[in-house]
Formats: sequence, C-alpha cells, structure tokens
Amino acid sequence: MNREIPVAGKPPSALRPDLAAIAEMIPPGTRVLDIGCGDGSLLEYLVRSKGVDGRGLELNQHNVNQCVARGLSVVQGDADTDLAEYPSGVFDVVILSQTIQATEKPSYVLRELLRIGKHVIVSFPNFGHWKVRLSLLISGRMPVTKTLGHSWHNTPNIHLCTISDFLELAHEAGAKIEKALALIDNQRTRIMHPNAWGPNIFAEGAIFLLAKK
Amino acid sequence: MSDAAHPNFLRPLRAPAENRGHALDFGPGQPLVLDSGKRLSPFRIAYMTYGTLNATRSNAVLICHAISGDQFVAGTHPVTGKPGWWNNVVGPGKIIDTNRFFVICANVVGGCMGTTGPGEADPATGEPYGLSFPIVTIRDMVRAQAMLIDALGIEQLLCVIGGSMGGMQVLQWAASYPDRVYSAMPLATGARHSAQNIAFHEVGRQAIMADPDWRGGDYALAGVRPAKGLAVARMAAHITYLSEAALQRKFGRELQDRDALSFGFDADFQIESYLRYQGMTFVDRFDANSYLYLTRAMDYFDLAADYGGVLAEAFRGTKSRFCLVSFTSDWLFPTSENKRIAHALNAAGANVSFVEIESDRGHDAFLLDEPELFDTMRGFLGAAAAVKGIG
Repeated sequence: MNREIPVAGKPPSALRPDLAAIAEMIPPGTRVLDIGCGDGSLLEYLVRSKGVDGRGLELNQHNVNQCVARGLSVVQGDADTDLAEYPSGVFDVVILSQTIQATEKPSYVLRELLRIGKHVIVSFPNFGHWKVRLSLLISGRMPVTKTLGHSWHNTPNIHLCTISDFLELAHEAGAKIEKALALIDNQRTRIMHPNAWGPNIFAEGAIFLLAKK
Repeated sequence: MSDAAHPNFLRPLRAPAENRGHALDFGPGQPLVLDSGKRLSPFRIAYMTYGTLNATRSNAVLICHAISGDQFVAGTHPVTGKPGWWNNVVGPGKIIDTNRFFVICANVVGGCMGTTGPGEADPATGEPYGLSFPIVTIRDMVRAQAMLIDALGIEQLLCVIGGSMGGMQVLQWAASYPDRVYSAMPLATGARHSAQNIAFHEVGRQAIMADPDWRGGDYALAGVRPAKGLAVARMAAHITYLSEAALQRKFGRELQDRDALSFGFDADFQIESYLRYQGMTFVDRFDANSYLYLTRAMDYFDLAADYGGVLAEAFRGTKSRFCLVSFTSDWLFPTSENKRIAHALNAAGANVSFVEIESDRGHDAFLLDEPELFDTMRGFLGAAAAVKGIG
C-alpha cells in the first residue's frame, strides 16, 4: 500500500469542493477505482497525499493520456460496458463522480460498482434543485443552469435524476447508505438526511457513500 | 559463462570505432532449454548497456527489440554506421535517460547481431547452423534474457519495455518472471499473432525460400545470400508497418525522377523506389535465415495458450505495473489487440494503464517522434522511478 508516489500532491482545498468532500471519505492507503476520472485531479490527490493505490477508468482518450503522463494508472474504457471485466470486491472504494447521469444503464452500473467495491461513492447533480424546477416552470423549456450547462439536444447527461430518484435506485440495487452529503452552491457540503424533503429542493448536488446491504 | 570481449558480427563494420558492446558465453553447463524440448548449448548473448547500474541495482531498464532491431538502441551502430533504432528515446537527458537509468538491450536468440542464431557456426560441425538451428519462441528469447540479467546480478528490472515483437517479450517477461518486473511497457503489440499477421510473415518466408540463392538455408556455405528474396520479404513487411494514409501523404502517386510513366516495370512511382530501397538496405544488415526464425517465433506467440486459453491467468497475482500503448492507424497490432491485454490485466486485478495515441503513421509510430507517446513514457517511467527512489 505504500508503493505509491511519496511526494505531496495538491492540498484538498485546491480540489473542486465536491471532489474534496469525496477525498475526505477515503481512508489512507486503501485501494481505489475512480470511474470517469477525467483529467485525474482527484486520483492524483488520493495517490500522492493519501497513499492510495489508485486506478482510473475514463472514456475520453485525451484525458486518459493526460492521466498516464501524470504517472497515474488509468485505462480508456466505458462504464456501461467495461465494468464486467473487473473482479468482485477487489477495491476498497469505487468512485463514480458526476458520471452516473451520463451512463446508458445507471442501474446496471450501480450494481456493478457495488460488486467491484466494498464501498461506493456516487455524486451527481440534483435535478430536483429549486432552480431547475423553477426554470422549467417559468420558461417551459429544458433547464440550462450553472451546474447543468448543456442544451437538451447536446447534453451528455442522458439520465438526470433527483436525490429522491437516486435513493430509490440505490434501494433497488441493494445498497445501504453510509453517509449522505448535500452540495450547496457548488462550494460547500453539508451532511444531509437523504429522506428529508429539504435536500431534494435545496441541494445542487449530492454525494452518497454506499455499501452492499 | 564467460565474458567475451566483443561479439562477432556476420557483417563487416561500417563504423569500427564505435562501441561494439558486450558478449556473454554460456557454456555446456548452462544450456538454453527451449520450448521445442531441444537445448541450445553453448550459446552467446550479444548485448549493449548504457548508463550506470546504481548501488542498489534498482535502476535497470531492459529494452526488448523488434524483429528488425538489435541491441544497438542508441548512439551509432558499429555495423551499419547509422543511429541506433531508438536513438530519439534513449540517451543522456532523453526520455529513457541514461543519466538516471541503466539501460540493457540484448540481441534476441535467433537474431543475427552477435547472439547465437542460424547464421552462427554450429560447434558440432563448425559450419553455420542454417536450418539445423532449433526453432525458438518468444519465451525462449525471454529465458535467455533472464540468464543475462542473472549474470548482471540484477534481481528486479525497474522497467521492461519494447514494441511489436519487443512488446511480446515484455508480456512474456511479466508472465514468466512477475517478481522481476517492477513495471512493464508493451507498445503496439499483441498477446498473440493474428491470422493476418501470420499470413504476411508466410509471404515473406516464401519469398526468401523461393530465391535460388537460399539453397535450402545453406547459402552461407556456398558464399551467396538470398538477397532478392529477403528484400521482397522486407518490402511486404514494410507495407504492414505503415498505413494507407501515411503512404498517401508521403508518396501519393508521385513519380520517381521522371516526368512521365515509362510504360515498363521500372520503379516509376516514388513508393516503389522507396520500398526497393528499404528492401536493399535491409539485406545489408540482416540474415535471411534469422528472418525465417524470428517471424516464426512471432507466429507461435499466443500467451493465453500457455494458461488454459485465459489471458488473465497469465497475469494472476502480478504486482507489476503495466502501461500499454496502441496507435489508431496500426493495423498490424490494432488497438483491439492491445485492449484485449488491458482487459485481461484488469480482470487479473493488475495495476494497468492503457493509452491509445492518434497517429496516421501506422505500426511504425512507436519508433517515431510521437509527443503523446513520449509524454506517456516519461510519466509512466517517472512514476515508477519515484516510487523506487531513483533520482
């Protein structure tokens, strides 16, 4: 577990707030798979500052190449098709950050994550946020907000959901919720009671720490 | 085992002042046990080293060469007088920095640059082996390299790296000696040779064997060389190393030294002239029988077959880090073949990176100046060196 690069990475404060919150949930020295790891910011922080044995799966080849050039272990692949090849229970934590809404089969992906990882962290934008609701109500058009900046026809986010929707999916997938955080104004996180009505209206996003029941 | 001062070469030296490297002789007590069941003994490994092995012997990088390569990776090749085949990558301050790393490259068994192969004399007869040389496999090549690494007193290699046939050796190293490979970088390769690749090799072999000067493999005794056959084999192979887009971009339908078609069979087109040149220069530095043996070794390679047909089993429990690289226009070892290896490594729970690089230069891209390849190599090797505390 101490095979990773012994130099300091970015302080968590330099990470995007939602990523910093995810990083805080991950114990040092664990084995982590980051699905949809993007340019590798979170993974690099985990590897360099927390001594994590980190791997990544990323759809965009350019991002993958960047990650590998940064010394990270990342493969190009698609969460919708390539998770099946990972053995069961090999990772302590599997992260799916801001990606589930872009997958073709969110239910399948979530079940696969619970199979591969002992713990699963999922974060996503909350489509139940009041600004989204208001935008649709007033304009009568698909909401385009700061968090969800794409038009309906060119968005990669094909399976947007609300916090309540996700809770239902997690329940169906046999997951228990170990921790739930609301992302507020895209800059701070707060522990939430997921079943309360408040977060589904006031949280811009949510981060869940899950495990198999 | 004894250290011969200089390896012998089948060809005269164009640059005799250059470093000829080393040769290591393995005597009757240390035969190379081959996959075929035969034993090669005595045998010799010709190799080059660059840089200095550190006190903890932890900075060794083994480079495995491709079919037409040899141990002369960097600097000037003593036989051809040209720069080494990876001179753009290996050297002081370069990506594989010889100020930091101790770089080793050995001519493969069956080759023709000083390591025992079909062109060398069979001690039993005093005459060149020719076709009496035993068939060697990729695993045999790696077994011989492991004996060399033992002799150099190196327990674990920081990185084993190579492309194409070299990549096959890297995979075999990782499968056969997982504890001796800290990191592995197979480039533009496959865990098996495809039917199409075997087909192209067979065309090359038939071209050599159809040359009347081949003489059943005993051409050396007659003082001749199947130059035409080997040149044709090289021409056919060379096409597979490029891509249609690269050929079109470089040559198109441009004519060679003429304004109009000759209405004959001269090399009217630049591409013809280019291929003929490639064939001709290859003959000057390569042995035809070696070409037969090395193509065969690649054809026989099917790593999964040694593990019950399941490639992931070849890497079960491995602690090595892997970085695989493919190129979009490589149709000899396409991305799909490289990805198959990545999937198997994932399934084995291995630490693996996989990078596909956009390039129109075909299979040969791994030998060329490809900035994204260089960034990837630098990042991967740098990460391994950092963990190992190599400054």
